[in-house]
Parts: sequence; structure tokens; C-alpha cells
Amino acid sequence: MAGTMSSATLPKKTTVQSATAKKSNRALSYVLPVAVLLFFVLGWWLISHFNLFPAYALPTPADVVKSFGEEITSGRLYNDVIASLWRVAVGFILSAGLGIPLGLWLGQHLHARQAFLPMLNFFRFLSPLAWIPFAILWFHIGDKPAIFLIFMATFFPLVIATMSAVSTIPAIYFRVAHDYKYKGAELLTKVTFPAVLPQIITSLRVSYGISWVVIVAAEMVGCQDGLGYGIWEARNGLRLDSAVCYMVVIGVLGMLIDRLLIQFTKLPNVRWGYER
Amino acid sequence: MYAGVMKDNVTTRLILENVSHDYGSLAVLRNLNLAVMHGEFLVLVGPSGCGKTTLLNILSGYIKPVSGNVQINGIIRTVYQQDGLFPWLTVAENISMSLRDVKDKSLREKEVKELIALIHLEGFENHYPHQLSGGMRQRVELARVLAGDSDILLMDEPFSALDYQTRLRMRYELVRLLSKRKRTVVFVTHDIEEAAQLADRVLVLADRPAHISKELKIEAARPRNPTDDAVIEATKTILGELGLHSSVIKEL
Ligand SMILES: Nc1ncnc2c1ncn2[C@@H]1O[C@H](COP(=O)(O)OP(=O)(O)O)[C@@H](O)[C@H]1O
Ligand SMILES: [Mg+2]
Repeated sequence: MAGTMSSATLPKKTTVQSATAKKSNRALSYVLPVAVLLFFVLGWWLISHFNLFPAYALPTPADVVKSFGEEITSGRLYNDVIASLWRVAVGFILSAGLGIPLGLWLGQHLHARQAFLPMLNFFRFLSPLAWIPFAILWFHIGDKPAIFLIFMATFFPLVIATMSAVSTIPAIYFRVAHDYKYKGAELLTKVTFPAVLPQIITSLRVSYGISWVVIVAAEMVGCQDGLGYGIWEARNGLRLDSAVCYMVVIGVLGMLIDRLLIQFTKLPNVRWGYER
Repeated sequence: MYAGVMKDNVTTRLILENVSHDYGSLAVLRNLNLAVMHGEFLVLVGPSGCGKTTLLNILSGYIKPVSGNVQINGIIRTVYQQDGLFPWLTVAENISMSLRDVKDKSLREKEVKELIALIHLEGFENHYPHQLSGGMRQRVELARVLAGDSDILLMDEPFSALDYQTRLRMRYELVRLLSKRKRTVVFVTHDIEEAAQLADRVLVLADRPAHISKELKIEAARPRNPTDDAVIEATKTILGELGLHSSVIKEL
């Protein structure tokens, strides 16, 4: 009985809606974006069909579909996707693996924070593309310069985001942690880290977005394969149909991986960070 | 695990002798003398900013007073003015924090289960604090400080963020819980009715620098209604002491 009484007092997040209204709402959430996409493609088709741009400057949708088929059967697209994903994954894991612990440490030490913040900010505002000459000089050609550029693009924002999240943890949590004898490593892993995890997940999503943008530029100059290189080559061969096909892959993959990262925000022990 | 029998012969849980405290040039407490008896429910009443939280921090040993002696006999748990549950832990996990030094896992689980039943939150073990109402969260806080073998509870305006009716309900809840698990309590509030309903003894603190301006014993048995004669009588006395009763307010 007590249970039912209490559940009646449980606050409800969702607004009251009839079941059918909810269902048609969900259907709309799929139909509307697909409609926009179809209109977009139709517009594109009309523009190219009536030759509003010269054919070499704007490929038709049909050209792009055809080049898609070619890239897939030759296996090149697949190779390029794997190459890019690998570089982003390594660069991203490196910067998260170093940046998050550093951010946690800086967040807890006021003087360290004061000492390093200007330098961190300086590097954060430096476009990662500025590092391209160094990337190529130091790492020549291949995976390494691209990984280096992704690291430089994501490390600083991650450190700063983690650090400021830590420094704004309500003091009451540390007071309670003190009462229940959390110390040292345990304090870090059982109090500090979970207290900032929702914000860390958000900043991981943001910096993943940055790295997906940077990889295209990095591969145009420092690589012999990858999605960015694919676009560069298409441009050199004046094959804009192939370039568009790579652009579609980059956009769609970026969205899919972000959907994957969003799953982390659904973990039960981080929901509190997004719901209040 | 509750082998603290010897300890329970202690008759005085907390002693303050001539305690004074300042924050820089701000004098907060002046020459406080105080003994909290074993099993006593002591309520400190005083206006906002008069030093109640500071006094609790001194009682828990969290801050050292500028001068004077503090004696603590027993394990202290505190309910803070702010929301002190960890939002990333479930109800059951929050309560288990008090049982961190209990090595036996099944014993720990048994105790958590018992406490959840005691606060009538069965079925909410795996809920997170943000999924609960304010009153439910406060019940979890009470369960957390009652878990294990604590002796003294310090409570800093624990119900002040709740609406009036929930607050009333929580007072009965606290009395019921304490009848099941006896503890010595030092309870801080600015709510005079709350003090009159709960306390064995009320100490009225005067404005800064705080000193005890009035001591009041209330003998009536608990639970007490806000409308009981003893409660109304005590409320009048405290209001008078704070200069808030119409008979002492001459002109506004
Ligand atoms: N850490 C601190 N440093 C400086 N002043 C403080 C500190 N904590 C509290 N004070 C001041 O001491 C006075 C008493 O505070 P507090 O004990 O929190 O009062 P209460 O709990 O009765 O509202 C207030 O004027 C407050 O501003
Ligand atoms: Mg206070």
C-alpha cells in the first residue's frame, strides 16, 4: 500500500497526451525529415536537369548514384571509410584518455588551473589546421599526421570542459564524501568522476563532431586514402559526382556515430545530469 | 556489528565548553556551553545567519572553534541543509554509503532492505533521487543517516525546502523512525512550530554573536500535534523569547 501511495506522488516528466496522439507524433517525426530530404533531392534534380549550372560544376543525382555503385564495387569506398574511422578512433581515444584525467586533476587544483588555463585556451582557439605544416614535417604521410591533427583539435576542448565541470561540482557532495570516508582514488572514481560524467559525455560528443570535421581536411594533405583524400582525388580528376558521393558518406556516418554516442546519455546513472 | 554496547552507557554525547568562533573579524559564536544527553532530542532555534550551521559544524568536528573545548562521544551522521544524496546513485546505493565498513555483503543488503521498508519506499530501491519527490528524497536521507551504527544525528534545517504539508508529515515520520531506531539528535531549524513539536529541549539562540538566550524543556510525549496544548504553549514561549509574539511587539 505504501508503495502505491508513493508512486502517486512520483513527479511525472511527460505531459499528458492520448496514446493515438503520441503515435501520430512519432510517425510525423519520421515523415517530416524524409519529406524535406525528398524536396531537397527534387530541387537538386530540377537544377541539374534544366542545366542551371554547367554539368561539370554540378553532377546530377543519377550521376552520384552511379558513382556510388562504382566506388562500392571497386572496394575503394569501403577502404576509405575504414581508414578514416581508424584515424578518428585512435586520435579521439588518445585525447580523451589523456585529456579527461588531466581535466579532472586541474579541476581539483586551483593553482594548477590558474597556471595552465591561459595556455590551454590559447591552444583551444588555434585552429587545428594551423598544425598541418608541423603534422607533415614531423609525421610525414599516412595515419600519423591525421591522428596528430585530431588529437590537437579535441584535446584542449576536452581538458577545459572536464576541468570546469569539476570545479563547479557542488561542495555538498565533497562534504558528504568526507563524512562517509571517501578518500584519494576512491573519491576520484566514486564521487568526482560520476559527478561530472554527464558533462564529460556531452563534451565527448562535441569533440567527436570536431574530429569528424578535421579528419576530412587532414586527409586531403597528409594521406593516400580516407574519405578526405577521396574528395581531394575527385576534385583533381574533376569527378564531382564522386566528391558528392563521399560527402554523403561523411555526413551520414557522422550522424550515425553521433547516434551511438547519444546512447551514453541514456545510462541510468547519468540521466540526472540531463533532466534537471 | 552493533557491538557498541559499552559505548551506550555514555550519558553525555556532546559537550561544548566555552566555545567561541569567528570568521575573520565576524564574531559568530560567543562562550557557548552545552551538553547533549544520550537519547535526547535537542532543537536549536535561531534567526537565519545567527550561526546555527557553524555550531553544527563544530559539533561534528568539521571545524575547530577559535577557542573552547569540544567533546564527541559516538559516531555522527549529518543531514545537510542542501540536497545531500548522490544523484548518480540509486536509493539503495545511497543508503549503503553508511554501511561501507560492513564487509559482509548479505548483511549490508539486509540492512538496506530493512531501512527501505522502514521508510515505506519498497519498489523504489533502484530509482535515482531525481525520480523522487522532495519528501521521498528526504526519507532516503533519513534512512541513510540511520543505517549502520551511528549514535548522533545532526540535522540542519532538513525539512525547510519542503512544502508545509510534506514538512508536517516528515515530522511524524522522523518521530516514528526514531522510535524504531533510537538516536541522539541535534536538530537545527528556524521553524518554531517544528521545534515545539519535536524537541525534548529547545535552545533559542540570540542573534550574532550567538549565545543561548533561553532554554526550554518540553515533557509531552511524541508524536505531538501542532495543536496540542504543550506545543502551543512552547510555541508561545519561543515566540516571546524571539520578540515575535504580539504581546511583546509594541510597535511596528
Ligand atoms: N566559511 C565561512 N566564512 C566566512 N563567513 C561565514 C562562513 N560560514 C558562515 N559564515 C557567516 O557566519 C554567519 C553564520 O552562518 P551560519 O552558521 O551558516 O548561519 P545559519 O546556519 O544560522 O543561517 C553568517 O553571517 C555567515 O555569512
Ligand atoms: Mg544554516
